Order: sequence, then C-alpha cells, then structure tokens
Amino acid sequence: MALSLGFHIIFACIGMVMPFFMAVAHYKWLRTGNEVYRNLTKAWSKGVAIFFATGAVSGTVLSFELGLLWPVFMEHAGPIFGMPFSLEGTAFFIEAIALGFFLYGWNRFNAWFHWFTGVVVGISGLVSGILVVAANAWMNSPAGFDYVNGEYLNIDPIKAMFNDAWFSQALHMSIAAFVATGFAVAGIHALMMLKGKNVAFHAKAFRIAAAFGAVAAILQPISGDISAKDVARRQPAKLAAMEAHFHTEEKAPLIIGGIPDMQEKKVNYAIKIPGGLSFLAHGDFNAEVTGLDKIPEENQPPVAVTHYAFQIMVGLGVVMMIIALLYFLALWKKKQWLQKRWLLRLFVIATPMGFIAIEAGWTVTEVGRQPWIINGIMRTADAVTPMPGIVYSFYIFTAVYLSLSFIVAFLLYRQIRMVGKLYDHSSEPSKAI
Amino acid sequence: MLYVVIVFLWTAILLYLLLGGADFGAGIIEFFTSRKNRGRTRRTMYQAIGPVWEANHMWLIITIVILFVGFPSIYATMSVYLHIPLTAMLLGIIARGTAFVFRHYDAVKDDMQKLYNRIFIYSSVITPLFLGIIAASTVSRQIDLQAQDFLSAYVFSWLNGFSVAVGLFTVCICGFLAAVFIIGETDSEADRQFFTRKAKWMIISAVLCGVLVFTASYIENIPLVDWVFGKPAGILAITAASLSLPFLWYGLTHGKAIIIRLLAGFQVCMILFAATYRHFPNIVLLKHGGYLSLIEHQGQEKTIEALAWALLIGSIFILPALFYLLYSFEKKKPGEA
Ligand code: HDD
Ligand code: HEM
Ligand code: HEM
Repeated sequence: MALSLGFHIIFACIGMVMPFFMAVAHYKWLRTGNEVYRNLTKAWSKGVAIFFATGAVSGTVLSFELGLLWPVFMEHAGPIFGMPFSLEGTAFFIEAIALGFFLYGWNRFNAWFHWFTGVVVGISGLVSGILVVAANAWMNSPAGFDYVNGEYLNIDPIKAMFNDAWFSQALHMSIAAFVATGFAVAGIHALMMLKGKNVAFHAKAFRIAAAFGAVAAILQPISGDISAKDVARRQPAKLAAMEAHFHTEEKAPLIIGGIPDMQEKKVNYAIKIPGGLSFLAHGDFNAEVTGLDKIPEENQPPVAVTHYAFQIMVGLGVVMMIIALLYFLALWKKKQWLQKRWLLRLFVIATPMGFIAIEAGWTVTEVGRQPWIINGIMRTADAVTPMPGIVYSFYIFTAVYLSLSFIVAFLLYRQIRMVGKLYDHSSEPSKAI
Repeated sequence: MLYVVIVFLWTAILLYLLLGGADFGAGIIEFFTSRKNRGRTRRTMYQAIGPVWEANHMWLIITIVILFVGFPSIYATMSVYLHIPLTAMLLGIIARGTAFVFRHYDAVKDDMQKLYNRIFIYSSVITPLFLGIIAASTVSRQIDLQAQDFLSAYVFSWLNGFSVAVGLFTVCICGFLAAVFIIGETDSEADRQFFTRKAKWMIISAVLCGVLVFTASYIENIPLVDWVFGKPAGILAITAASLSLPFLWYGLTHGKAIIIRLLAGFQVCMILFAATYRHFPNIVLLKHGGYLSLIEHQGQEKTIEALAWALLIGSIFILPALFYLLYSFEKKKPGEA
C-alpha cells in the first residue's frame, strides 16, 4: 500500500502540475506565435501522457488495494470517508475526458477551446488531489460519526470530508506538488542548458518551471507551519515523534538534526533552539508541549523514522526556499547571475529534492499516525486482510513498480534526447527532419 | 436513493463492459491477427480508441467506488476471497495501460515497440479473462466464509470450470465489440472486410463459449438455466438477444455500421440483464446458501444519500463532456500533423 502510494504520488503530482506549465507555454504560443512555445507544449504533453497513464493505472490499483489489503478498515471507513473518493471519481473522469480533447485535439478545435481543455486537465487534477488528501486527513482526524461500543453510528459523510485536518493537509500537499514538479522539471532543463543543447528551447522551458517551483517553494514553509500547529493540536503524539520530543515541558526547544536515543530518551548531537518548538507548535515561546512521556507506550509511533523523515522534509524545504530566493534576486536585482553557471547548477542539484521531500512528508504523516490506521479508533494491525501469503503480492507489485519506473525514466530520457530532432528546429537546423 | 445508486452501479458495469470491453477487444483482435496484418489493425484501432481509452476505464473506478462507499461489506468480502484474481486483473490493467501509452509516446521507434506490443496483446486477453472469472465467481456459490484452509478459501472460490468458461466468454464478447466498433471507423473496403471477418469469427466463438458456460454450469450444479429462463423477463431478454443475431449478421454482411453497433450494444445489455436480474438484489451468492444483498448490506442511509447526490451531480458534468468527446472524434477531421 505504502509502496503503491509512494509510487502513485509522484505521478499524480506531475499529472496535476504539468498541465499548468503546458497551459502557460501554450498561452504564449497562441499569443506570440513563437514556434518554440508550440513545440514546448507538444514536448511536454507527450511527457504528461506518459505520466498520466502511469498515474492512472497506479491509481486504479490503489482503489482496489484499499480493499485487498485493508478490508476491515474499508468495511467500516468506506461509508464514512467515501465522499471525497466519489467526488474524486468525478474529477478524474473530467480530467481523463479533458486530456482526450487536449492530446488529440491539435488542429481540430478552436485554438482557445483546445487551450481551455488543457487548463481543465490541470484544475481537475488539482481538485482530485485535494479530495484524496481530504480522505487521508480523515484518518488523522476522524470526524462525521459517533463511535459507540465498536460501532460506527450517525454517519455524516460531509462532516467527515471537512474534518479538522483537511485544509492544512490539502494546502500543504498542493503546494508540495508545485514545488516538487517545478524543481524537477526546471532541473532537467537546466542540465540541458548547461550541456549547451537546444538552449533556446530549454531556456524557455526552464523559466516557466522555475517560476512555478520558486513561488511554491517560498510558500511551502509557511504552509508547513500551519500544518505543524494543526498537528500539535490534534495529534500530539505525532508531533512529539516528529520532533523526538521525549519529555513534556514548557519552553520546549526546537531540535534540529540529531540521533534519537530511545533507551535514554534523549537526542544526541542535535542543535537546540530554546523555546523554538513551543513557538512553532503553539505560537508562544513559553507554551507547554506534550512529550512522548504523556503517551502510553503502546500508542507511540516509531520515533526515529518519523523524526528523520521530518528533518529531511524540512531541510530540503529550506534548501529549495533559499534557491528560490536566489533566483528571484537574480531576476530582479542581479541580472548578470542569470548568465552564470552556478545558478543553473543549483537547480540541477535540486532536481530530485522536491520528490524526496514529498516521500519524507508522507512518511511523517503516515508513520507518525501509527499504531493507528484511524487515529484513536482503529489499529492498523486490526485492519489488515486475513489472507496469508500477502508478502508475495508485495514482491510482485514491487517488481512491477520498479520496472515501470525504469521504463518511464527511459522514455523520458529518449524524449529529451530527441528534442533537437523533434521540437527545436530553430537552433540546430541541420538536425531537423 | 438506494435505487439511484443501484442504477448507477449497474450502468457503470454495463458501460465498462461495452466501452472498456471494446478497448480490451482491440488487443484481443490484434492477438488473433496474423503478424503481417497487425500493423494495419493497430493503426485503425489507435485512431478509434486513442482519445477515449482513458475515459473508458473510468467506469471501473466508478464501480469500485460505488461498491466500497455504498456497500462496504460486499466490497470487503469480495476483496478478501477474490484477492488472487483481482490482483491478476490489476496486473493486467497496469501492463496494458502503460504498454498502450508507451508504444505511442516513445520518442524513438525501435525494437522496444515489439516488447510493448507483446505486453499489450497478452494483457488485453488476460485482463478480461479475469474480469469474467471474478464476475462469475460472485454467483457460482464457491465463496466459502467458513473455509479453513488456504485453497478452499482463496483459490477454489474462483477457480472452477464455470468461472473460467465465463472468463473465456467475456474475452470473446470484448473481441466482438471491438471488431464491431472498428468497422465503422475503417476507411478502406479491404479493412472493412477484414474487420467484418473478425467480427464474425468472434460471434461464432462467443456462441461456442456460451455453450461451454452452460455445460460447465450444468456439471457444477449451478442453476444457470433456471436463472436465465426461469422467469419471463429473462426468456424475453435472451430471446431478444438471439433474435437480433441474424440482423446483426445481415448488418455485418451489408456494412451497416450504425445498426450493428446498436445491436451489439443491445445484445450485451440483454446478456447482462439476464445474468443479473434473477437474483437481484443479491449480488454475491455464497456457499451454504448465504448471500450478500444490495438491499440488506447497504451502507447507512446518509452515506447512500450523499453517494447518490455525488453521482447525480457528477453525471451532470461528465456525461455532456463525454458525449462531446465521442462525438467530436467521430466526425473525422485531419488529425495531428
Ligand atoms: C515538496 C515537498 C515538501 C516540502 C518542501 C515540505 N513539506 Fe511538509 N509535507 C509534504 C511535503 C513537503 C507532504 C508530502 O506533502 C505532506 C505529507 C502529508 C501532507 O499533507 O503533506 C507533508 C506533511 C507535513 C506535516 C504533517 C502534516 C499532517 O500530518 O497533517 C508537517 C507538520 C509539515 N509537512 C511541515 C513542513 C515544514 C515546517 C516544512 C518547511 C520547510 C515542510 N513541511 C516542507
Ligand atoms: C490519500 C492517501 C493515503 C492513504 C488513504 C493512505 C493509507 C494508508 C494506510 C491505510 C496505512 C496503514 C497501513 C500501514 O501501516 O502500512 C498507511 C501506512 C503508510 N503509508 Fe499511507 N496512505 C496515503 C498516502 C501515503 C503516501 C502518498 C505515502 C508515500 C510515501 C504513504 C506512506 C505510508 C507509509 C510509509 C506507511 C507505513 C507506516 C507503517 O507501517 O509504519 N502513504 N497508509
Ligand atoms: C488512497 C489513495 C489514493 C487512491 C485510491 C487514488 C486513486 C486514484 C485513481 C483511481 C486514479 C486514476 C484516475 C484516472 O484514470 O484518471 C488516480 C489518479 C490520480 N491521483 Fe490518486 N489516488 C490516491 C492517492 C492520491 C494522492 C495522495 C494524490 C495526490 C495528492 C492523488 C492524486 C491523483 C491525481 C492528480 C490523479 C490523476 C492522474 C494523473 O494526473 O496522473 N492520488 N488516483
């Protein structure tokens, strides 16, 4: 499950963000008539088609896997948190239809109608992302039912959808998708510019992707702060694990880095900022922050994994924010930096960072919620399928996903290598078909 | 409201069978095409299904979502006892969807194409085979909630002659649907004849598999004959389907694309109707006489209500857009340069 999701989420993010990049390139083509923009739109749309299909099949697998792996969970949770899933179905459907129009609609429709279908792909992708995260948020912050003697009564699917956690999680996730995709795409095009290949083409692509990524990277820590305050309120155990915060105290320090020692209940080699955690979690340097000592042993999430994952996410978030700030500085004040190789190199280095941060972030929410599958209501161990031999299923899917990732990377590599031939006739006319 | 949901469920299954089925069928036809004709088949197919293939498969997602939101215990039981065929079908879906896209969007056309093609073709056969097996297993009374050992709980729940026969039948139906659909899309007389021949072959195999299904049900004591013919409505449906066969044949021979499409859709609709109405509202029949019913095992009222509204509102957005998509790619205009 975690594997399928971790795989799916990468494709889903690209599927929801790339259409916006395409829409910008496409808009510029329609406005300026500059061929490069049309070719860029086409080149990107091929990539999107590949990612969309892979995202769609892995998503289809997920909707089955929920039942295949967690039948007990779905039997009880399905009717409660199913609302976002049913609406999500609608959003996907619209996305698939719009994509059909967009990919096959070149020269068939009014140019602006065609452009508009591309925008619809992006918007419905974003909406479906928000909806599915609302479903996940419900697992963190169950709402919309009364839990009486092991029975789920008075179900209210609307309340379940608008649970306490949905807003902060959906906001953070949507921005994350823009950060990750923006930096990944910008990084690839930056690399091609450094190699001096089809520079006119790649420079335009880079500018669009970097602008999206950089704006989002600056917003992300702000939204992360909203999330952290939210977690502190609704899942103190998760916050304590994220921060490896063992003892309840006032003026709690913010712990950066370090190796949690589970026996001694302390964190070694960490940088500590006094009062920092109290401030981040409750907006007050003197506030009391619940530590793991207040949580019964059997309800504690795995501390080390959660803590490391959280550090990775925040660390990468800060690095990307700095790159983003440098980039804006270059755009507005230091135009000469734009010609420098180091700026492009920074973007190349940052290519995978957003996606690593996304995987880390999900590890934080999911592992930080353990041992619960529905926070405070149902334990993960009680939700799993009774069928023995489930590991084989796991091995098969691992093999499938590995080979798919490999093929997709291979296809992308081929797309990029063919840019000169297929999409950029201007800079290297000799290579044109 | 429950009935709104049930109608959507049934319609989603029907549309998946028709549209998704035609889509699988494209690969099945390729499977039964000699090597030298495959290129041509592939091109015609791609023009016809390219823009809509993604949308066709959404019906499966809708079906699953309706099941797990509205009828959670039915969904849970099926996921546990039919785990293996469901997984097989999923692998088929992954392989097929990705191979289809990869072969068209790979920037370099080289030997990788052969690999994509092979994967596409085989998974196009395997996926509907398991789809049919799963469907048959829900009514074959082999799901045993009291089973103690692995084999009887997780394997014999779906591995039996009847289920496999229905699986083969589904494969033929899919191939038939695809052939019928493609006939209207061809632009040369030679192509038209080629696909007409395929369609006829598929009808013949479907009828043979139908006989196989009845034989298997007889051997395994599944009262299929009684379900289908026990009540006037069933007899009517099957008779209508059978009577339309000669017309279909005539349409095929005389190249009436619209008529044969409508008739083919009608037949599948009738078959599904005959297969489901008799034990409605019980959609899963269990060993030892138990069953899971759409009415007794529905979710709580508020959930069903919300689901029904979500479906109704969703269809306001989806259906017009979907029709426009199908319509605009029907009028043939010059495609991408
Ligand atoms: C590009 C990716 C990315 C980046 C740079 C960040 N995050 Fe994040 N974070 C995610 C991607 C992400 C995520 C994968 O999208 C998560 C997992 C679940 C969710 O809603 O978002 C997440 C979850 C998540 C949570 C748990 C939310 C919950 O359980 O409800 C917190 C507290 C933060 N983040 C805080 C931060 C802070 C303070 C950051 C400072 C820089 C930060 N994140 C950067
Ligand atoms: C809407 C989205 C999601 C839902 C509904 C969901 C659902 C679940 C469920 C049911 C579990 C409990 C089973 C378990 O403990 O293994 C789980 C755990 C887990 N999930 Fe998710 N998940 C979602 C998103 C993600 C994503 C995108 C990732 C990607 C990295 C992820 C990573 C994990 C991990 C690492 C665990 C294992 C925790 C552990 O076993 O300690 N989840 N998730
Ligand atoms: C329990 C978890 C999840 C389930 C059951 C699920 C289900 C699905 C399904 C069935 C599809 C295919 C739809 C199609 O054919 O177009 C899909 C695609 C998609 N999913 Fe998920 N999903 C899950 C998690 C997520 C998460 C965590 C996100 C991201 C935030 C996400 C965002 C998307 C998007 C944007 C698409 C559209 C496909 C694309 O553009 O590539 N999903 N998902």
